[in-house]
Amino acid sequence: MVVIGGGPAGLAAALRARDCGVKRIVVLERADTLGGILEQCIHTGFGLHYFGEELSGPEYAHRFIELLQKTDITVMTDTMVIGIDKNRVVTAVSPEHGLMKIEAKAVVLAMGCRERPRGALAIAGSRPAGIMTAGTAQKYVNLDGYMPGKKVVILGSGDIGLIMARRMTLEGAEVKMVCELMPFSGGLTRNIVQCLDDFNIPLRLSCTVIKTHGRERLEGVTVANVNERFEVVPGTEEFVECDTLLLSVGLIPENELTKELGIALDSVTGGPIVDEMRQTEFEGVFACGNVLQVHDLVDYVTLEAQLAGEGAANYILGNNQAEKVYVRPECGLGVRYLVPQKINIKNHRDVKLYFRVNAIYKNARVVLEVDGTVISNKRKVKLAPGEMEDVLLKAEVLAAMREDSRVLVRVDV
Amino acid sequence: MAKEMTCVSCPLGCLLTVVFEDGKALSVTGNSCKRGIAYAETEMTNPTRMLTTTVKVRGGVLPVLPVKSDKPVPKSRMFECMRVINAVVLDAPVHIGDVVIKDILGTGIDVIATNDMTSV
Ligand SMILES: Cc1cc2nc3c(=O)[nH]c(=O)nc-3n(C[C@H](O)[C@H](O)[C@H](O)COP(=O)(O)OP(=O)(O)OC[C@H]3O[C@@H](n4cnc5c(N)ncnc54)[C@H](O)[C@@H]3O)c2cc1C
Ligand code: SF4
Repeated sequence: MVVIGGGPAGLAAALRARDCGVKRIVVLERADTLGGILEQCIHTGFGLHYFGEELSGPEYAHRFIELLQKTDITVMTDTMVIGIDKNRVVTAVSPEHGLMKIEAKAVVLAMGCRERPRGALAIAGSRPAGIMTAGTAQKYVNLDGYMPGKKVVILGSGDIGLIMARRMTLEGAEVKMVCELMPFSGGLTRNIVQCLDDFNIPLRLSCTVIKTHGRERLEGVTVANVNERFEVVPGTEEFVECDTLLLSVGLIPENELTKELGIALDSVTGGPIVDEMRQTEFEGVFACGNVLQVHDLVDYVTLEAQLAGEGAANYILGNNQAEKVYVRPECGLGVRYLVPQKINIKNHRDVKLYFRVNAIYKNARVVLEVDGTVISNKRKVKLAPGEMEDVLLKAEVLAAMREDSRVLVRVDV
Repeated sequence: MAKEMTCVSCPLGCLLTVVFEDGKALSVTGNSCKRGIAYAETEMTNPTRMLTTTVKVRGGVLPVLPVKSDKPVPKSRMFECMRVINAVVLDAPVHIGDVVIKDILGTGIDVIATNDMTSV
């Protein structure tokens, strides 16, 4: 089994596959250390569900790295996967071993995601130094010990941007504001409270950066309000002096390798379409973590990766590979996407359906319906697009389903 | 009187409703676990937060090491703590869990390493 990516997803998938009896497992990681993005997420807030403790990113990763080191799972760092072919031959390069080809029975994709760069945005102005993604700034500050600026504006209220607002404030920078195009934040509420409110950093909703100023180094930005159609409201333009603009405008699953294999991607999640064991539409290829859907909680990444690890193990060992009958759960009112996109009703086990809503709802209900019958109906004080939700489809409900059964998840207001 | 606040003790971020009198919480609702009640109570009297930052390292594979306070720090003393932490320089190697600063500012709170740092 080959695992591509040594972040929390790859680590958990490898460990679970080992527990399920897979003998030869190799984890390929392009960075020089394991842990993935967690190595630079030095704030706490990881592991409360999984470990019942609040850990920092490196501490969370460390727990899994330690477990891995106790096994004979092969780890190759500084190793970048550059291709997978139709026979599941994985091609990778490393300074130490050069070009390698590994024949895999099963492949687990765990490449994580990357940040949407500035090019994806339409902002006027030249390209002075001082404009970077929030994740790049996070790496500079937390791994390289280098502060990229003193007066900061953040565009986008994703979690990385919010975390960096606090981080740079603590290190003495002045964070002038966080501008968010949408009328709501894409980040966790707790991060708005403890990263912005705690330091009196204003969050400007329905607001964006329309121009950057400065030639060599950023000298300021023009911000403006937008209406419901995201058009600039004339007269609201305002110059804000700053030497740094951080972009936190979304994450994109890193699916170049997946696409090369011709695996179908979900147009909403940007990740591959998978079944309840996280198998993609290419047999023997599984996906988990941020490459599948952008997660806000690493605990869920771990759980998802364990499913993928078990799925890959079953595939390799020939367990549960009998006839598969798939139903495709549907997104009802208020639901943007569902993962997994398909469920094998012959696999009698509890299936959690993960989803995100399309707007903020207060005092709403999450309803799960099978063939028109309400299976569960849970009240939620608050639902927000920035927070992943889940509903449980129990094994006994699944067992009673037919191939033409309809599963629907919707929000009732 | 009643007040709404978001519990920041974990990423679930429950929306709490706190009924209070004279700055003391009388009842808390909306929490999904016990920690929410404790959070509301301290938030009404002495708000605290976990402090995470980095410390300079000499002779390590990286120039800085991540650290955290082993207990939440009073919000009002965050920047004072930062000044103390930023004045420290450690020598590699350092191990995850090592105490980097003991009893910072006499608060009874230790600052501990949250990653390993091997030496070059
Ligand atoms: C700034 C930030 C703050 C967060 N805050 C929290 C929080 O407070 N609490 C919480 O629970 N979660 C938080 N998260 C979410 C959580 O950390 C992520 O969801 C999780 O790390 C994703 O794990 P992953 O393994 O899928 O991806 P990653 O951690 O990104 O790992 C992917 C790995 O794959 C490697 N890779 C990619 N392509 C290749 C290739 N071709 N060949 C070889 N290797 C490759 C990469 O180098 C990387 O190491 C945060 C995330 C970020 C970015
Ligand atoms: S009340 Fe409990 S579950 Fe809810 S945010 Fe606080 S710590 Fe998390």
